[in-house]
Amino acid sequence: MNKLIEKATSLLQEGVVTKVIGYEEGTEKPRPFFCEKAEDTSKLIYNSRCINNLAVYLTKPELLGTGKVAVVATLPTLRSIVQLAFENQLKEDKLVILTVTDSEEVIEFAGFAEIETYLKDFKLKIDQKEQDLIDKLEGMSKEERWTFWVEELSQCFKCYACRAACPMCYCTRCVVEVNCPQWVQPWASPLGNIEWQINRAMHLAGRCTGCGSCAEACPVGIPIDLLTRKMMEDLGEEFGVVPGQPNKNGNVLSTFKPEDKENFIR
Amino acid sequence: MEKRYISKEGLNKWFNQIIQSDKRLFAPVQKGEKVEFKRVKSFEEVASDYIQTTQSIKRVAFPRAEVLFSYKKEEKETTLQDFNPDTVPETVLWKIHPCDAAGFIPLTGIFNWDYKDKLYNARLAKTTMVSFSCQKSDNSCFCTSVNGGPGNTAGSDIQITLLPDGGALAEILTPKGEALVTLAPECFEAEREIKKEDYLADVPVRFNVKELTGKLASSFDSPVWKQQSERCLGCGACAFVCPTCACFDIQEDAKGSTGRRIRCWDSCGFSMFTLHTSGHNPRQQQSQRWRQRILHKFSYMPERIHELGCTGCGRCSRACPVDMNILEHLTSIAQQSHE
Repeated sequence: MNKLIEKATSLLQEGVVTKVIGYEEGTEKPRPFFCEKAEDTSKLIYNSRCINNLAVYLTKPELLGTGKVAVVATLPTLRSIVQLAFENQLKEDKLVILTVTDSEEVIEFAGFAEIETYLKDFKLKIDQKEQDLIDKLEGMSKEERWTFWVEELSQCFKCYACRAACPMCYCTRCVVEVNCPQWVQPWASPLGNIEWQINRAMHLAGRCTGCGSCAEACPVGIPIDLLTRKMMEDLGEEFGVVPGQPNKNGNVLSTFKPEDKENFIR
Repeated sequence: MEKRYISKEGLNKWFNQIIQSDKRLFAPVQKGEKVEFKRVKSFEEVASDYIQTTQSIKRVAFPRAEVLFSYKKEEKETTLQDFNPDTVPETVLWKIHPCDAAGFIPLTGIFNWDYKDKLYNARLAKTTMVSFSCQKSDNSCFCTSVNGGPGNTAGSDIQITLLPDGGALAEILTPKGEALVTLAPECFEAEREIKKEDYLADVPVRFNVKELTGKLASSFDSPVWKQQSERCLGCGACAFVCPTCACFDIQEDAKGSTGRRIRCWDSCGFSMFTLHTSGHNPRQQQSQRWRQRILHKFSYMPERIHELGCTGCGRCSRACPVDMNILEHLTSIAQQSHE
């Protein structure tokens, strides 16, 4: 029995948690798994193919129930947990956060602060395929980039899988659903789709932890994570924001201080 | 129904005749890892080696967003401009699968259930469907479990079955199909004793649909909905790729004294789908929304329009970010013993 299964079994058997949110083998790839019985823990798996960001479930009270819940967190999930905790969306005493190291050891974190310390050793990696696309886009003229995004986003049919898969999109009523007044066209159209993605990128600016779940979830394959990634890059340069290390001065685009410089307004 | 043989060159020629006519043609096109139906202008653009397009082709009769009517207010007068069926172009769907063609049957049922939908019917009337029988399938396919099959002709105007020599068997099924043949009648040769079954994919029957419908009749309060839907994220990917999902929203695009009323796709998976203005939501939890999705397709639609709301195309399973595999869920319900 591997150490993760061992740990999950004991947490459930001893009644420490009511469920363990982890991964099980799915149809073609691993998928999220809500394990509530000690006898089901043998289905738990953990490997590099486990890519769903499970932090997305931690802001859904109807799924968590009133008891304590354990979550098997990958590095991207840990980064999201730290950011969610910083935004006061998680209760430390209701969660048992586990991760599995490369040497298959199970770590149980004592609290959010310990996760932050742990994450300092892991720099956010961008895979080569993605980097190539970023470089290609950087090499384009403004007009070419606009054409690229108009073409890509014209395919969007507004299923909002990007929003649903994002742990940081936890609003109970998203800005696109506010209809008094209606800020963004609710139907799919090139303009409305672009409006939606600009909104998404701006709302995630300085909050996105770069897990890539939005693009992974997109059924039509639009590389929308590049928008939030680019934002992350700019904010890193301008504000020193590091994904997974919340800015103690507050999220950059939702924090205001009277002494903030205003010399950028021309 | 008439059976004909068409050679490789004949197929190409006929295709070009369609392209050169006043009809627009949609066919599967490969772009990166995805294959989607797009407007096509040449035979070379048509994708060949793939199982299924990501999206269905329902948008030809039921667009993502369509203008129901537009209006203009001038002083006390309001002028309305209604949908004009004459503006709908003649359309050919090329190389759709039998499950795509079959998908229009339940859609037609929904759009004609009580009210006869002028827009949908006008668009469908101008659409001719050339399906290609399936020679390949994957683990998400289950057409044979929902009254379909890789060589099912229901809904098609013409069905093409490709043969090893590059030619094909053409089954001309409807007057619309016959009309399409008249664009290049010389390409259609006499039939050659072809056994179609020999060239079809083997799609095993995975559950008994009668058994499933029977189980669903008493499953409203079953714990199965909560179990199955825990990982569901509540997005609309499944509904939007589905060939039979027909839920829509009606929105206003008003600008000063002019405006348009727009019908656009919606999904029962969205939390706001059933939200009342009072704030009450009869389907507050994702499990209730997942139940609605399954019961609507496999219980309510058979009762009301005598058609299943599923053609077994498997698109929802392939599109789901968290692997909500509908076949797996349906099989487990069908096999459940009554307690």
